[in-house]
Amino acid sequence: MLGLDKKDTTLLIIVALLTLGAPFILNPFPADSAMAQFNAGYPDLMQRFVIFGIFAIGFNILFGLTGYLSFGHAAFLGVGSYSAVWIFKLFTYNVLPAVALSVVVAGLFSLLMGFVSLRRSGIYFSILTLAFAQMSFALAYSVLSNPRFNLTNGETGLQVYADDPQLFHSDRLPDLPHLFGLSMRATYRLDLGGWSFDFNAGYYLCAVVLMAVFYLAIRIFRSPFGMMLRAVKSNQQRMNYTGLNTRPYTLAAFVISGMYAGLAGGLMAAMDPLAGAERMQWTASGEVVLMTILGGTGTLIGPVLGAGFIKYFENIFSKINDNVLHGWFGFLPDGLEDAMVFLVHPFIGKGWHLTLGILFMLVVIFLPGGLVEGGQRLGRWIRRRRGGKDGEAQRKTEPAE
Amino acid sequence: MDAFLLQILNGLDKGSAYALIALGLTLIFGTLGVVNFAHGALFMIGAFCAVTLQRLFTLSFETIDPTRTDFLGNPMKVKTPYIESWFGPDIGAAIIDWSVPLAVLFSIPIMLGIGYAMERGLIKHFYKRPHADQILVTFGLAIVLQEVVKYFFGANPIQTPAPAALRGSVDLGQMIGFQANAIIYPIWRLVYFFFAAGVIAAVFAFLQFTTFGMVVRAGMADRETVGLLGINIDRRFTIMFGIAAAVAGLAGVMYGPLNPPNYHMGMDFLVLSFVVVVVGGMGSLPGAVLAGFLLGVLESFASTTWATTTIPGINQIIIYLVAIIILLTRPRGLMGRKGVMED
Amino acid sequence: MGILEVKNVSKNFGGLKALSDVNLNVRENTVHAIIGPNGAGKSTLLNCLVGKLIPDTGSVMFDGQSVLGRKPFEINQMGISRVFQTPEIFGDLTVMENMLIPIFARRDGAFRMHAIESIRNEAGVIEQAEKMLIDMNMIDKRHMHAASMSRGDKRRLEIGMCLSQEPRLLLLDEPTAGMARADTNNTIDLLKQIKAERDITIAIIEHDMHVVFSLADRITVLAQGTPLVEDEPQNIRGNPKVREAYLGETA
Repeated sequence: MLGLDKKDTTLLIIVALLTLGAPFILNPFPADSAMAQFNAGYPDLMQRFVIFGIFAIGFNILFGLTGYLSFGHAAFLGVGSYSAVWIFKLFTYNVLPAVALSVVVAGLFSLLMGFVSLRRSGIYFSILTLAFAQMSFALAYSVLSNPRFNLTNGETGLQVYADDPQLFHSDRLPDLPHLFGLSMRATYRLDLGGWSFDFNAGYYLCAVVLMAVFYLAIRIFRSPFGMMLRAVKSNQQRMNYTGLNTRPYTLAAFVISGMYAGLAGGLMAAMDPLAGAERMQWTASGEVVLMTILGGTGTLIGPVLGAGFIKYFENIFSKINDNVLHGWFGFLPDGLEDAMVFLVHPFIGKGWHLTLGILFMLVVIFLPGGLVEGGQRLGRWIRRRRGGKDGEAQRKTEPAE
Repeated sequence: MDAFLLQILNGLDKGSAYALIALGLTLIFGTLGVVNFAHGALFMIGAFCAVTLQRLFTLSFETIDPTRTDFLGNPMKVKTPYIESWFGPDIGAAIIDWSVPLAVLFSIPIMLGIGYAMERGLIKHFYKRPHADQILVTFGLAIVLQEVVKYFFGANPIQTPAPAALRGSVDLGQMIGFQANAIIYPIWRLVYFFFAAGVIAAVFAFLQFTTFGMVVRAGMADRETVGLLGINIDRRFTIMFGIAAAVAGLAGVMYGPLNPPNYHMGMDFLVLSFVVVVVGGMGSLPGAVLAGFLLGVLESFASTTWATTTIPGINQIIIYLVAIIILLTRPRGLMGRKGVMED
Repeated sequence: MGILEVKNVSKNFGGLKALSDVNLNVRENTVHAIIGPNGAGKSTLLNCLVGKLIPDTGSVMFDGQSVLGRKPFEINQMGISRVFQTPEIFGDLTVMENMLIPIFARRDGAFRMHAIESIRNEAGVIEQAEKMLIDMNMIDKRHMHAASMSRGDKRRLEIGMCLSQEPRLLLLDEPTAGMARADTNNTIDLLKQIKAERDITIAIIEHDMHVVFSLADRITVLAQGTPLVEDEPQNIRGNPKVREAYLGETA
């Protein structure tokens, strides 16, 4: 289907089902039950899942295929957001031109940054991208926000004000980002018994975009171009002596992933029309690295899983507080209950970053292939338990994806 | 002329910090071949060693002073640090006042220990893995260390004042023959600069004049050959990692009075220190020191009113601009050797 | 008129003269061996031919065109393929993919942005790759990771990858270095077969005299950066100058 083989079609269908059914899947518990805190089917959270999924899919095209580790991709995300908000300010709240401009501007910006950074490889490349990202952050935060030339509105962040021109805006249209009149905030709530499910226009726009760019990523992975990128990671020397110029290949991958990041940034602004410099900080680039690694570098589904995983647990962990913990451990004797709460306390609420850091280290150390590799290992283990030698044979022929 | 000199001096304190962190980064990279993203965290931990010591010194007990009353008319509670009760109020107060310099002694064993544990427990397993993995695992470690410190000390900056005798400024200009009030310079900055220079000199002397240092230098030049000579290079490198950690820690301890430590100060310095290492030339110790001071001074010049009114915010991006230009025109950096991390 | 003409090439590294005034003429459709003791400058010469080094003086002409100043990938596109001393292959990719890449490079040039088409639909390229794998006797290994093969197989794959580009000149840098006798003999047989079946010129740098005398049509002896003699194999064997150069090395 769509020029994909059976396995990839299945993968695409799974992703489609997951994203389209997310409002159901993420709200498995009745709204007033104690377990409702594990629900994640809120529009803004679901939007974040999908947007970061797009960001990570794009990052993976660079890092997963070519092995070039960029610490500067948040800059493209930020540039995308700023571009979109400028469209909102000057022309219209319609998200289509805004997101389109985000992709174009991020693409141009990544072309510039990639052209310079890709002259070096390895650590030098990582550090160069890091320097670029920090420079972009500084530019956005202070340099480009002075009275004479205010492009970013500095610390406050860029947003739409009542006196902005908005040339093509009319009173019939919602005063918020919209798609030809359909407000991104429009939400239909379905109540079924004790459950309630939110269907949000913005989320579904993001979901459709995710499916499209995921499909594109599959095509890239299976194309000769994708194979060349993997060859760059494997052996640049052989590439050169096989008559292939590695520079344009890596640059193309860099720009494509930059455009993915710009798309994510544009969508972010489309969901909530403001853009701030903190989106460009290198720790934000670090986050997308985390997502990709955690999910599984170089695999198709990995980055989506990683993004979902991190954003889900970020939300859940941040909500848990000591009262909730006391509720969980309430069945224990008092002393033990307090001890458990005391032990778990550093990792929840504001301690989420600590948990994330530890998790990340564990994955890099023990499971470099991320969740996907974990799943594969688990699958193999089960098969071996069940089928004995069958599983063993399977293991040998399994391609490393 | 005096304004020029003042800007150079103003760049020295940051330059010193850059140079010390970059020196440690280069030692680790040169000896172990590892890019340590957790090095900034070590700087931060150093600063928090001073915070910890200050807190230990000011641990107090409460007594009730029956001769005085508080504003509610109850007998007044008086806090007395244990130290003052042990050593007498004068010496006790002096110890508390000098807690930052004393923390230098306190931090050395701690930093050596942390460095040793880090290398043996984590980094050593990553020598044979790709550079990307090394970057990632040390990046993860940096997050963890940072969050642990945040858990114990909170997110707000903590004041760690210099001793009273070393606060305030001196008129440096007058001392060297300029007009009075032309070059007023904070004393602690001067202290920090000389301290950094001392540490740098000690590290270089150690590498230059001891057998240990000789082996390490040989190892930096050609690890395999030294390994073939039957010298246990790995063990020495472990110790080197401890030393690099201590250097970063010391830089952090003394930095507190210049800028109150917070949990993310390490990350802020780390990025700039990487840039310093790259500008100096990956694997070159003198390059790291030179570039550290150079970029510090450059940043100071870019912060002058003249520069910031000409190009707003130039002080924030000058270092990155210079780094990018240098990497493109002189890929090996100012003093980099051939063959280190080339394509 | 040779296909590869090296004229008066010199190369210094600091004070060290690696090559001085080297002339070499490789005739079309011959196997030309370059031998010499360690440090004679064989590898330096090879690197000057493929664009890794640029000689200080002299010229290197391939088929009437200068290769100097061109990058390795450009020289490859001119029709020179190189086999390395330790096999350079794409270890993370499958054997089949290893074979596809040079064929794509031949067809599409140094860069082409074919990011949407699926490899599966490139029937022509796949057929060519399969044919070469059959020729190299490794079609049954097509799904293996290249890195997991034996050294002999990696060598064969690398040679196959170079041949699949249909180069006019194949450069081999000590192709049997570090190989067991059996693997060496297999490689000799393979090269003999290639020589017999294809329109190709081969220049080979080699230490192993057994390999050289089994294959070469002409031999250039290099010593201390200068060519000593260039002649046919039977004349090289008895040449006193050559003996001296080699004996000098062992003495």
